[in-house]
Amino acid sequence: MNGVHDMGGMQDMGPIRHERHEPAFHEPWEGRVYALSRVLRTRRGPWNLDAFRHAIESLPPVDYLRMSYYERWFTWMLTTVVAAGDVTQAEIESGSPAAGSPRKAVLVAPEAVSSMVDRRASARRDVAAAPRFKSGQRVRARNIHPSGHTRLPRYVRGKSGVVVVDRGVFLFPDTNAHLRGEKPQHLYSVRFAAREIWGEQASQRDFIHLDMWDDYLLPV
Amino acid sequence: MAKSQDSVGRRGFLKTAATGAAGLVAGAKPGDVHAHQAADHQAVPSDLTLRVKALESLLVDKGLVDRAALDRIVDTFETKIGPRNGARVVARAWVDPAYKKRLLAEASTAMEELGYHRHQGEDIIALENTAKIHNLVVCTLCSCYPWPLLGLPPVWYKSAPYRSRAVIDPRGVLKEFGVDIDADVEVRVWDSTAEIRYIVLPERPAGSERLNEEALAALVTRDSMIGTAKVTLDVAEVPA
Repeated sequence: MNGVHDMGGMQDMGPIRHERHEPAFHEPWEGRVYALSRVLRTRRGPWNLDAFRHAIESLPPVDYLRMSYYERWFTWMLTTVVAAGDVTQAEIESGSPAAGSPRKAVLVAPEAVSSMVDRRASARRDVAAAPRFKSGQRVRARNIHPSGHTRLPRYVRGKSGVVVVDRGVFLFPDTNAHLRGEKPQHLYSVRFAAREIWGEQASQRDFIHLDMWDDYLLPV
Repeated sequence: MAKSQDSVGRRGFLKTAATGAAGLVAGAKPGDVHAHQAADHQAVPSDLTLRVKALESLLVDKGLVDRAALDRIVDTFETKIGPRNGARVVARAWVDPAYKKRLLAEASTAMEELGYHRHQGEDIIALENTAKIHNLVVCTLCSCYPWPLLGLPPVWYKSAPYRSRAVIDPRGVLKEFGVDIDADVEVRVWDSTAEIRYIVLPERPAGSERLNEEALAALVTRDSMIGTAKVTLDVAEVPA
């Protein structure tokens, strides 16, 4: 989706506001949103990490830019708890469980937190898939503009680079985000000259490395 | 949304808060603009404080969420998982060439040697900064970051200015961070577009030969492991 989240190369977004001694959370509610979302995401439901990202990037552009990071997450949570059947919209509106509604099982007990945090949630898939490209090969990023989720940034579409290394087989976010299967395929680290992407204004000594799936690439 | 909830009882507060929350889902309302920014702190409970509390209370009342579990998660990221982890990995690599070799070959395994689990670190790659190559990490699409080693990303890393400019003007961004890169040094920007996470192994500062591993780790800043700083003998930024 050509959304505002796809920011690479945009200009005039203002100065970078670096903060010394930055805390993990600036306000308690941010920590609560983070913790709640971690707990909710352990649950099987109509989402996965890619669907979560897609939901965030699908916020109306003005809201995406206006909201702070954890405010976006909170907004995701409000719709997701209803979509997953955890609570009803009426309960969200009333602020309390509907009369007679069954008490649900706790998602993460306090004792389970450390194993939840340490859990290995990898997108790597141990399946056989033939790589379409090999190290050293020249490739071009496809010039595609899918309306759904993609991890192919706009700034690199249509540009050519070189495969540096094959990272192995990973699930494909473009389908996974829409619950249309994992479509596991090879992922490569691809190196692009900054001049190929930005033209003469870029330094000849600058390069951008992106991780790209088979479905994003064409041979040159 | 009313800013003052003082005269409203718990019921009313929850209703107002949750309705506001639902309103947010439906779309932004005029006048509902939040002033929350990285450095802005509000003296009165913010709208979001109330709305998040309302949702948390509802999920607790439903039985789905245990408050003590939330407390532990917050505590984990406030006190246990942060850039000190990454700094220890960097310092070990500086004093132990065999470890450095393992780190650069397979960082995920090398970090586990020091007891750091993987989660998002399942596939972590360490990038070595040298006199000839400067690596800089960004996620232009969202906020991908090597959490097990650096903790949660700072606000600036997730912000539009950094995400937009790191790829088109890395040297300008570095200058903004006070880092001047010689014209003959190669700059490599790593845009974290997949589930691979990158951490920079900064150069060991000149004059640090006599420091032990622990003292070295104290020099390593979060920014130096993102690539927006170099490690110096005076610690300009002490990460939380």
